[in-house]
Amino acid sequence: MSDITSQSLFELTSNIKEKKLSSEEITKAFINRAEKSKKLNVYVTENFEKAIDQSKKFDSNPNLDFKLPGIPIAVKDLFCTNGVRTTAGSKILNNFVPTYESTVTQNLWSQGAILLGKLNCDEFAMGSSNETSFFGNVQNPVRENLVPGGSSGGSSAAVAANLTPVTIGTDTGGSIRQPASFTGTVGLKPTYGSCSRYGIVAFASSLDQAGPMTKNVKDCSMLLEVISSFDRKDSTSIDYKRNNYSKELSKDIKGKKIGIPKEYRVDNMPIEIEQLWKNGIAYAKDCGAEIIDISLPHTNYALPTYYIVAPAEASSNLARYDGVKYGFRSPGQNLIEMYEKTRSEGFGDEVKRRIMIGTYVLSSGYYDAYYLKAQKVRQLIKKDFDDAFSKVDAILTPSTPSSAFKIGEKTNDPVSMYLNDIFTVPINLAGLPGISIPAGKDKNNYPLGLQVIGKPFDEQNILNISYALEDKINFKNDISDWWLSE
Amino acid sequence: MSIDLKTVKHISKLARISIDDEKANKLKGDLNNIFEFIEKLNELNTDNVQALTSIAETTLRFRKDEIKSENIREKILKNSPEENKDFFVVPKVVE
Repeated sequence: MSDITSQSLFELTSNIKEKKLSSEEITKAFINRAEKSKKLNVYVTENFEKAIDQSKKFDSNPNLDFKLPGIPIAVKDLFCTNGVRTTAGSKILNNFVPTYESTVTQNLWSQGAILLGKLNCDEFAMGSSNETSFFGNVQNPVRENLVPGGSSGGSSAAVAANLTPVTIGTDTGGSIRQPASFTGTVGLKPTYGSCSRYGIVAFASSLDQAGPMTKNVKDCSMLLEVISSFDRKDSTSIDYKRNNYSKELSKDIKGKKIGIPKEYRVDNMPIEIEQLWKNGIAYAKDCGAEIIDISLPHTNYALPTYYIVAPAEASSNLARYDGVKYGFRSPGQNLIEMYEKTRSEGFGDEVKRRIMIGTYVLSSGYYDAYYLKAQKVRQLIKKDFDDAFSKVDAILTPSTPSSAFKIGEKTNDPVSMYLNDIFTVPINLAGLPGISIPAGKDKNNYPLGLQVIGKPFDEQNILNISYALEDKINFKNDISDWWLSE
Repeated sequence: MSIDLKTVKHISKLARISIDDEKANKLKGDLNNIFEFIEKLNELNTDNVQALTSIAETTLRFRKDEIKSENIREKILKNSPEENKDFFVVPKVVE
């Protein structure tokens, strides 16, 4: 049997069901590795002692019908966990201990999973490199001083470094798919309304979705099956029949029509990404898929639209952090001064920047010019996809316009940081499902991903296409464990 | 269009985030760069386009207005920054 921590979720689950491994053995293996992996800075809060207790409890009376029987899982620190500190990577929630559980994490525990701890992320999920976290940046296990992507950077690093078998992240503009691409892992953003947003610290409510981050496509299907559910506590949760994603997973994609949008061929895109895309197209053809050239004419307007819609929603969502009911408080002479000092000291620079953008575009006299305009362009972007999906079953694109960059390289230039999400943002604006799978490497040997975009609620189809491509690509992550200490 | 220092200070007031002059100047630069990028949307004519207000094509559900949780006062006050068993405490607001 291979080393416990390098096993996939499927392998671990099988080993538990066949009684070859106990939950305690697995849980302790991940904890031991985490103790030697502090240098990566993936954890904001560890839950190790409780996790071991829970694994023993599971082993004493194991329920092997569960989908995640005794499997330890660390999650992004954006999910509220009852009794375990939840910070959203922010000073303002540094001491916040929820008294309730998010629906998505509850779905994990209801299927037998055990909480290992809370993973680092960009502050309020605002960032593409995990550098805006109050708890410091995360190292990409691929190479020292490389960002792991963001905002789910602690999550992507933890999966790539074998510190959790799988994890869940959140994706508002690419926060699952971009870090997956940067670390050679798989990340899926489901259709808007597929996974409940209840108990997830809100960033931009019309865009936020939780989703699985895993080592491979099969694990991704297993985890999506657990976390996707209809939930009355989220008014935008959609009541529809979910697939048994892992059972229905198939490499047979013969006759599937896959669209290639010409607008995703951007200036200055590295040659390796162009090549990666061509390879993906060739593999899809090998599998019997039909390749069709399509156009998504408003692609170039997606990022500017996003940088109005997301900050506007964020400025409204983050109004609740005022130092009154929970979280950090800075004292003031009067109520207003307390608000202003609390928010000034409690939020980091990027979060403040976005609150300011959002406040501005919603302010009197500017609403029509910016916010309303953006909502109209969002309609055009959605229509692009509607038109495309009348001709094709899925769309294949690169996940990101570049590979992972160095820590500190883009922190002084917000716009260049925002450009990272150029291929992922349109999918959130249109509410579609998208998955990033590792597909190759650049000249430095850093991983690169391909993205498969689907019709609403068609997660099964993009999982199947990814499953077929994964088999052909046969990607091997080249990680040397350089960070391990004794 | 460009955002001046006075506007930055006005927005910070609306957002209830106090900023000093140095920060305000830095923010002015950042915001102008970002808005220059956002202005690209003006290339598009959207006169006859309906604004997209909800991506999920469902209508909001109705539910009965009933109390489901009881005695949650302690839970609600648990994370309160200044401790008091019955209320949230804030600086004096009435003279």
